[in-house]
Amino acid sequence: MATQDIIRRSGTSEATPAAQARVGGVKQVAKLFDATKCNGCKACQVACSEWNDLREEVGSFQGTYQNPASLSPECWTLMKYNEVEADGKLHWQFTHSACMHCADPACLKACSTSGAIVQHANGTVDFDSDKCVGCGYCASACPFDIPKINPVDNKAYKCTLCSDRTAVGLEPSCVKTCTTGALRFGTREDMLFYAEKRVAELKDRGFTNAGIYNPEGVGGTGMVMILRDINDPESYDMPKDPQIKVSTELWQDVLKPLGTAGILATAGVALLHRITVGRNIVEEDQPGYRDEDHEEDSK
Amino acid sequence: MTLNRRQFFKLCAAGAATSAISALGLMSEKAYAAVREFKLLRAKETRNNCPYCSVGCGLLMYSQGSGGKNSEHAIFHIEGDADHPVNRGALCPKGAGLVDYVNSPHRLQYPEYRAPGSNKWQRISWEEAFKRIGRLMKDDRDANLIEKNADGVTVNRWLTTGMMTSSGMANESGIATQKFARSLGLVAIDTIARN
Repeated sequence: MATQDIIRRSGTSEATPAAQARVGGVKQVAKLFDATKCNGCKACQVACSEWNDLREEVGSFQGTYQNPASLSPECWTLMKYNEVEADGKLHWQFTHSACMHCADPACLKACSTSGAIVQHANGTVDFDSDKCVGCGYCASACPFDIPKINPVDNKAYKCTLCSDRTAVGLEPSCVKTCTTGALRFGTREDMLFYAEKRVAELKDRGFTNAGIYNPEGVGGTGMVMILRDINDPESYDMPKDPQIKVSTELWQDVLKPLGTAGILATAGVALLHRITVGRNIVEEDQPGYRDEDHEEDSK
Repeated sequence: MTLNRRQFFKLCAAGAATSAISALGLMSEKAYAAVREFKLLRAKETRNNCPYCSVGCGLLMYSQGSGGKNSEHAIFHIEGDADHPVNRGALCPKGAGLVDYVNSPHRLQYPEYRAPGSNKWQRISWEEAFKRIGRLMKDDRDANLIEKNADGVTVNRWLTTGMMTSSGMANESGIATQKFARSLGLVAIDTIARN
């Protein structure tokens, strides 16, 4: 079961890694979003909230079909309607905005709570809400601005890649519902193979800048995108070169081990002092002497 | 066991130190981060068609219950039927959110009547509803049926009333609807797919 296939967990050091035995055996999965096939129908957004039992409050009109304005604790998949002007024409570029399931997730790195964020052997990055303390480090660390803190229970939420569905062999809810085939699900290998074929096809048809968005800065992503212009991912509201922040790496990889080393060193020095110098024994004739053996008697 | 003050403090300090060590992560814990339980496990699966447009996508509707006579089977999840040739599992946003149509508090559950000029709906029985519809249809048809055109050819057209039908119909119910509507002379027939 999925409870046993965790390969990475937050709040643990490399000295005590999560179970690694299944890393080689379980196929990495990926969701492929082909932006050139998406017609912005929002079925993925609805299917996501339906499956995950989320009902975001109906918001107000913001001058765009995008609603809610951004991802939220009760909206884990959002159809973004980017209006881009190029060659004197308006391009309506849709982004299926949800967790990217990075191979090297910044949220997991930033999380200090043991096991609140885990990575399954198939590459899915999942939050264990019950363990979350709501510090918000994941939300500020994520280069894609995905996790959101719920003010009601102070816990972080995001897309799980429908880990409850994939655990029993089903595709994520958004992928199943997609009418245009803009969303696909399968092994990472298969999705990249298909994406390359599709990009070649797009280039043949004159979309010379078409390309695969699979940023290396986060080790590649579990959601791969095909964009009309790969040189301008910002036009899809995606970062050009997402990275784990230096501050996150400094905090988790340098400062925290240093802190632990400091505590251990203090204990070690105290022990060494006890062995080499020993107790501070007060002589009988000095002030402050207390006779422990006869303390009770003297009262 | 008797403890003097100093021994009691020592015990407290030892206890605090032990728990501090375990908090440093030196004690292992079970790495159980279970995924959410699969919510369709042993749910009753019922096939149906989406009636909301003429595409007629296949649905799988999931309801709770073992089928025992004492439980009500409320639908809690609907997704596309992958074995249906029309949609092969996919659903549009309207279809993907069907469960909220089914369970909507605004859903019409019985016939209602709003009198001309009134702003209030009043509940009526099915019997009253059918009687009223039949009466009005007959009156209108009797008054406005065009039996013959200008050339004296029998046409039997009833142009003052139209009919809105379901869009997600199979051939069998489609032909039954046609037979009913055309035999009355109705010309204007449309479906809710145009909504």
